[in-house]
Amino acid sequence: MTTHQLTNEAGSVHYKARSLRRFMILLAMGGALFLSFAIDLATGPANYPLTDVIATLLNPGAASDQLRVVIWEIRMPVALMALTVGAALSTAGAQMQTILANPLASPFTLGISAAAGFGAALALVFGVALLPAFVNFIIPINAFIMAMGTALIIHFFSRLRGVTVETIVLLGIALVFTFNALLALLQYLASEQALAAVVFWTMGSLVKATWTKVGVTAAVVVIALPLFARQAWALTALRLGDAKAESFGVNVQGLRLRTMLIVSLLAAIPVSFVGTIGFIGLVGPHIARMLVGEDQRFFLPASVLCGALILSATSVLSKLLIPGAILPIGVITALVGVPFFFSLIFTSRRKSW
Amino acid sequence: MVTLRLNDIGTRYGKVQVVTGVTTPVIHPGSVTAVIGPNAAGKSSLFKRVAGLARGTGTVDLGTATKQRNTICYMPQDTGSTAVLSVYESVILAAKQGSSLRVRADELAHIDGILNALRISDLAGRNLGELSGGQRQLVAIAQTLVRDPKILLMDEPTSALDLHRQMEVLSFMRDVAKRQNIIVLIAIHDLNHALQYCDQAMAILDGRMVAYGPCSEVIDQNLLRDVYQVDGHVEVNSLGHRHIVLRGPRDGAHSGAANTGKPTEPRVEMPKAAQ
Repeated sequence: MTTHQLTNEAGSVHYKARSLRRFMILLAMGGALFLSFAIDLATGPANYPLTDVIATLLNPGAASDQLRVVIWEIRMPVALMALTVGAALSTAGAQMQTILANPLASPFTLGISAAAGFGAALALVFGVALLPAFVNFIIPINAFIMAMGTALIIHFFSRLRGVTVETIVLLGIALVFTFNALLALLQYLASEQALAAVVFWTMGSLVKATWTKVGVTAAVVVIALPLFARQAWALTALRLGDAKAESFGVNVQGLRLRTMLIVSLLAAIPVSFVGTIGFIGLVGPHIARMLVGEDQRFFLPASVLCGALILSATSVLSKLLIPGAILPIGVITALVGVPFFFSLIFTSRRKSW
Repeated sequence: MVTLRLNDIGTRYGKVQVVTGVTTPVIHPGSVTAVIGPNAAGKSSLFKRVAGLARGTGTVDLGTATKQRNTICYMPQDTGSTAVLSVYESVILAAKQGSSLRVRADELAHIDGILNALRISDLAGRNLGELSGGQRQLVAIAQTLVRDPKILLMDEPTSALDLHRQMEVLSFMRDVAKRQNIIVLIAIHDLNHALQYCDQAMAILDGRMVAYGPCSEVIDQNLLRDVYQVDGHVEVNSLGHRHIVLRGPRDGAHSGAANTGKPTEPRVEMPKAAQ
């Protein structure tokens, strides 16, 4: 190859190397996630060696009855719930940040989680169903309807002229306060039993995970991801600004609305099952962005893996910090995650927004 | 083969009519048209309407060609981006909209070729946020060219470039127009550059086309006075090039606050070709 050719291909050579590196990062994150998942299964009131856990995972028939029951029936739903909820919240945050061009956007910061929480509490306290059908799923459906309503408010507000990134954040703060006040009102009016349920729920906890909840959350993620993946180029183009994206032929308004609706589903369902876990939706995407940039072909899976990994690791921590007790995971994500996140921001050399 | 004829094009921005009744003769491939006029005259809105990005009245006649996704490409004015994307990724993004997630080797080669032609291969790995205004504009040009448009609408593509780069880019675009036989419309403020690099000019004032024709006919003393509110004239130098000699702005006549929504009478005679 002559020097001339080398110069000619410099761009694509660099691009290919970068893509390969990102692919390797995704693989490494996948590996770390599996490890964290296995550790999550291994830790608890009784700790098991990691090798036993992995052996039980790969070949349940060969494991002892006790190990099989603890790993597969008791801990598995909780560990899987951590993965799916983390993935859902992080993906929701990633796409909110993308479509609102706002680094502070997440289901939690813009009030979608609070709205979902209020919807769920309505069901917990008064048994009010916002959609009378499907009474078995009254909590998630209530949460979704409230979350979707809030997402639509944010969406249409963000389309008004003169609305800036900062105004959206202010609107989000106002929504958070409103729904928290409404939630407090519900708590004030609630019976003692319902109050305990609501309070426990506002802290965010995985321990009440069931296979059904895992299945529904996983289904939401599995439905959402291909829809986003199909729009990967268009969503990435949004980050170049509306004018540029439109000039590329992207239907910006339609894409935003569709994305916001999927986001509200992704944000609401986990909240309705495990309560408010605030940190993942904001931070998961930021870490993903630092690692692989914003090409959605890498950014989307990285956000999924990041969210799942953070919540899985937090689940482990919540069991280790006070031996014998399982702390509410929503509390741990903030207490441990925030300092970790700041250290990342300050040590990261590249600009991450 | 694609040709372009605008027929009674109009569009609104909110409630304000920003473009009204723009009709041109057939614009042939291989030509570069300067779209000139003061700030807020409606040049960008006209481009968006022609590209199908804004609703409005009138038709865009492409001759025998049928409009496909990238037949008409609009390059908007530069706005910065905070996206964590490299230059190369941002160009791929432009090329791949609406197609598969996999980037093929021939697509990479195409992008390499365009970056080389614009002499920005060395920027390929840089993040968009690290670029200067001029570099961003060159990247935007690459993002437009990579889509292989038949009609290219460029909104002030040289506004942030130094003089050397301005001339280089305009000469490059002229070359692209001739070589690839495409129609290029460039919104441009520098009338000397329009005279030097463009085949014809279309003058826009208050949303209306007030002149159309060869640059040498459109860009004259009357245009400077009526469209730009400046006193000056056009001279021919020893190389045979036309250039503008300016004396200064006309007192109290600046029409910066155009687009009042009220239609204005054409202040420059329309050349016969456009009527």
